[in-house]
Amino acid sequence: MFKIITAVVARDLRLAMRRQADIVSALFFFVIVVSLFPLGIGPEPDLLRKLAPGVLWVAALLATMLSLPRLFADDHRDGTLEQLALAPHPLGLVVTGKVIAHWLVSGLPLALVAPVLGLQFDLSREALLVLTFAILIGTPALSGIGAIGAALTLGLRGGGVLVSLLVLPLYIPVLIFGAGAVDATVTGLGGEGHLSLLAALTFASLGFAPWATAAALKIALE
Amino acid sequence: MKDRFNLYRFASPAVFYPLAGALIPYFAAVAVVFGLAGLWLGMLVAPTDFQQGEGYRIIFIHVPASWMSMFIYLVMAFWAAIGLAFNTRLSGMMAQALAPTGALMAFLSLLTGALWGKPMWGAWWVWDARLTSELILLFLYIGYMALTAAIDDARRADKAGALLLLVGVVNIPIIYFSVKWWNTLHQGSSINLAKSSMATTMLWGMLLMAMCFWMYSIAVAFMRVRTIMLERERNTEWVKNLLVGGEK
Repeated sequence: MFKIITAVVARDLRLAMRRQADIVSALFFFVIVVSLFPLGIGPEPDLLRKLAPGVLWVAALLATMLSLPRLFADDHRDGTLEQLALAPHPLGLVVTGKVIAHWLVSGLPLALVAPVLGLQFDLSREALLVLTFAILIGTPALSGIGAIGAALTLGLRGGGVLVSLLVLPLYIPVLIFGAGAVDATVTGLGGEGHLSLLAALTFASLGFAPWATAAALKIALE
Repeated sequence: MKDRFNLYRFASPAVFYPLAGALIPYFAAVAVVFGLAGLWLGMLVAPTDFQQGEGYRIIFIHVPASWMSMFIYLVMAFWAAIGLAFNTRLSGMMAQALAPTGALMAFLSLLTGALWGKPMWGAWWVWDARLTSELILLFLYIGYMALTAAIDDARRADKAGALLLLVGVVNIPIIYFSVKWWNTLHQGSSINLAKSSMATTMLWGMLLMAMCFWMYSIAVAFMRVRTIMLERERNTEWVKNLLVGGEK
């Protein structure tokens, strides 16, 4: 069971490494969107500190969404996806591998640059720590839920815009608890509760979303 | 040999088409009767609220619309599950026929809520947990309609839409509770809907209006499902017979 997951992860990572521009552009999208907010709102540190969690999380949502169409599109185009669906392993496990790989190239880099961006918003040390940790444990849920949307819109015209319509409403709980964790830390309430719920969302979506995604892929491949 | 009554027979569009056509007038008539009774009770009989004045009467539209918006999503998810499990054609058509009505109800609920909120709370919109969840429900309806509209192949549209509905229905409680907690954590609840003991006439008015909306939804969904059926089955024998018969 783990063999097939690790094999898919290794394959997808190798493919992603050969196309590093894709990873970097999604990352810079994140950086640019976050940097636009102070320009639009004004440089008052108090205001920025209050906005930082929400802005960073919304930008993380959008950056993750931007990379979703790539999740299955290339494999669909060259027929690999059909081969994977025909393989003796359950398609859900294959999707789990792909979701993990997607998180490694899209969610993990976001968590790594988030503290640097948080500094621009004058966040305290603890808040930065919680922000990084929240993005680290929250983004797998984004990859998991997003995979369902990516599979449903596979091969459709205007798939990119459609994915956002389908997926963004489902991202709301992650946004609420992710930003809430940082917010609670800033106000001194402690973000443990939010982080626990965020982790619960991640585990639930990693457990269930791949199977829903597999069902969606089978519909798309019919 | 006597045919046993078989409910599954109605899963065939050829059988369901005339049945739906025959039932539409009844549902529409019942909707009108309930609507008139509900409006009479709500607008004329029900006493004026001593706190909110006459403005509160918008709840006779608002509450039924909110109920229907949630109920229709559940009905769509039910058809989605049936469609995926038994691979019936009609289920997907029913889900698609219901979607615009559900979206309309969600929109009506938000609109009447805003109209009511302005004089009562002094604001068109507040980030209350219920308002926010209703807004997200509207987004879910729009996502479903956008997805089914983007897929040309009707069978794939049905199945993909069904899967989205089921994912949505699992998510609705999660979204609702997260919004609720978010709301209570961010701001003290400044709005109290003051669930005082409602006068019986008001309750009856609301129930009658809810029945009216329910029957209306069925009638409209049947009309819509009939058009969807004709469009999808245009190459089949029964539609040809029907159209030829209709022209004579």
